[in-house]
Amino acid sequence: MQNRIDQLFAKKQHGILNIYCTAGFPQLNDTLPVMTALQQHGADIIELGMPFSDPLADGPVIQNSGTIALQNGMSLRVLFEQLQHFRERIHIPVILMGYLNPVLLYGVEAFVKKCAETGIDGIILPDLPMAEYEEVYKPIFEKYNVHLIFLVTPETSDARLRKLDSLSKGFLYAVSSSSTTGKDKDINMQQSYFERLQQMKLSNPVLIGFNIRDKASFDAAAQYANGAIIGTAFIRAIENSKNIDETVRTFIATIK
Amino acid sequence: MDIAINTSHSKYQVDKNGYYGRFGGAYIPEMLYPNVEELQQQYLSILSDPAFQQEFEALLHDYVGRPSPLYFAKRLSEKYNAQIYLKREDLNHTGAHKVNNTIGQILLAKRLGKKRIIAETGAGQHGVATATVCALMGLECVVYMGSIDIERQAPNVARMKMLGATVIPATSGSKTLKDATNEAIRDWINNPTDTHYILGTAAGPHPYPDMVARLQSVISEEIKKQLFAKTGDAHPDYVVACIGGGSNAAGAFFHYLDAEDVKLVAVEAGGKGVHSGFSAATTQLGKIGIIHASKTLLMQTEDGQIVEPHSISAGLDYPGIGPMHAHLYESGRAMFLDATDDEALAAAYELSKLEGIIPAMESAHALAKLKDLPLNAADVVVVCLSGRGDKDLDTYIRHMNK
Repeated sequence: MQNRIDQLFAKKQHGILNIYCTAGFPQLNDTLPVMTALQQHGADIIELGMPFSDPLADGPVIQNSGTIALQNGMSLRVLFEQLQHFRERIHIPVILMGYLNPVLLYGVEAFVKKCAETGIDGIILPDLPMAEYEEVYKPIFEKYNVHLIFLVTPETSDARLRKLDSLSKGFLYAVSSSSTTGKDKDINMQQSYFERLQQMKLSNPVLIGFNIRDKASFDAAAQYANGAIIGTAFIRAIENSKNIDETVRTFIATIK
Repeated sequence: MDIAINTSHSKYQVDKNGYYGRFGGAYIPEMLYPNVEELQQQYLSILSDPAFQQEFEALLHDYVGRPSPLYFAKRLSEKYNAQIYLKREDLNHTGAHKVNNTIGQILLAKRLGKKRIIAETGAGQHGVATATVCALMGLECVVYMGSIDIERQAPNVARMKMLGATVIPATSGSKTLKDATNEAIRDWINNPTDTHYILGTAAGPHPYPDMVARLQSVISEEIKKQLFAKTGDAHPDYVVACIGGGSNAAGAFFHYLDAEDVKLVAVEAGGKGVHSGFSAATTQLGKIGIIHASKTLLMQTEDGQIVEPHSISAGLDYPGIGPMHAHLYESGRAMFLDATDDEALAAAYELSKLEGIIPAMESAHALAKLKDLPLNAADVVVVCLSGRGDKDLDTYIRHMNK
């Protein structure tokens, strides 16, 4: 079967909405209800965060959601149990995002195999070095047809950007500015970087993430890329939600 | 004095890819790549530049007060039936070995054109040493410190502020050194061009473990010369150092790594006991993984979450060890012991009464293991007395009254 991420980009190239949520947040068993609501109300891709004790690339909001998820009892094993039958209900691409340490301890091949079995389409591991992926792990991801998605930033050189584009599969994750998540930087300041990405005619579709929080920033990013990723703003929206489905519906309605 | 640059290649030192055996590397998010890459490309050429070395040496001599004495501790030697020498890093300006590294890195930061300095600190010694060199060079200084450590090391917080630094509490996770380091790394991600991160220990992404070890290697370079002058032999039987991340141990071991006749002893913080659930004895409790962008031994749960450690000493309260030390442990080159909170306290009181020296809580862990080494009267032992105990007086007074 063709990877769902590739299927999506084959039929839709503009305005792709990827929403990040933390697994096991706000309540342990909210993972599937949140994912179901995201699909129902129009998200194109779900990026599911695997909580980690020391998330270096994340700002306070996502850090805190991970801390709560861990306190709720979330772990890789619990997550895979929750995801066991999710493909019966959810058909849009789902990506896992997390940090390398828990994946290393689980075993990279065991982890990727489990992802393939449950129906996960891609993985983002921001602290996995490009060279180590290329030399050690790439054959594993290819064997199971699970895409590893790399990040690029405004400081990434053209040569390195090309290399990351050649290794990334599914799409390339363009971090809007050099920052941790949820910094409220104005993405309009990054016009020249976005234009550089456009002009490079990269082989992957590009989604812009970090500091995308509302319709204005989503539309601004979507002008330059195939779509954008919203994380912190969504976590803020659902953290005190009494009705997940209604909160997700309202949130997406303000973006689209 | 001379920074160890042209040392012959040792199997215990870093390889060209930034690894010590299977440990090390740079597991950084892409946002940090330009900064870390710049350091990887430049640190060796900057450190080996004669002008840099001259400036470094002059500051270590005139400002820090090096060479630090190698003191023969007569009464301690009688007690433990050995020839015990203390490497007096406690007599350095700012009161610990940490300043050797911060002098080196501030000179490097200036050569890289950086305008702003960030650092993490546990006990506050590295924070003070960083605030000091920033004052000296007129650079902005931001120090991240766990909020628990801010409470237990109040004098050092006051020192940093007096020196002009901004101290920002780290309130995530265990609110100690691990989290202060996370916050410093996040600051660096958010300030990618004008900021240099002066990491205080021999941990973190390559090239920090190697860079910090080289800057601290002045400790063992001096020990060799001083010991030779005193005994006619530059090689002791034992070098003993405490280890949290491992910078004073890295410096004390550095020039002895290939001298297999010298036994290297690293003492970790056992906390309330290795299996009490309140410990920082990483080699006993840890498994290989990634902490602060380095592949090394660290304390973690079955799910790969990093564990919150415990030690009475804020400087050793760290759930990992530097990759060089992980390799020294795994290869058997160094012996790893652990001292409990109580053993360290007893050793601190003992050194105070026997030698008139109040050691830092961290250094007291190294002293605490003298009783467990199989010593003979002729054995020469060098203990790295990494810092002085002023900052720990509250802790010492509290436990004295117990």
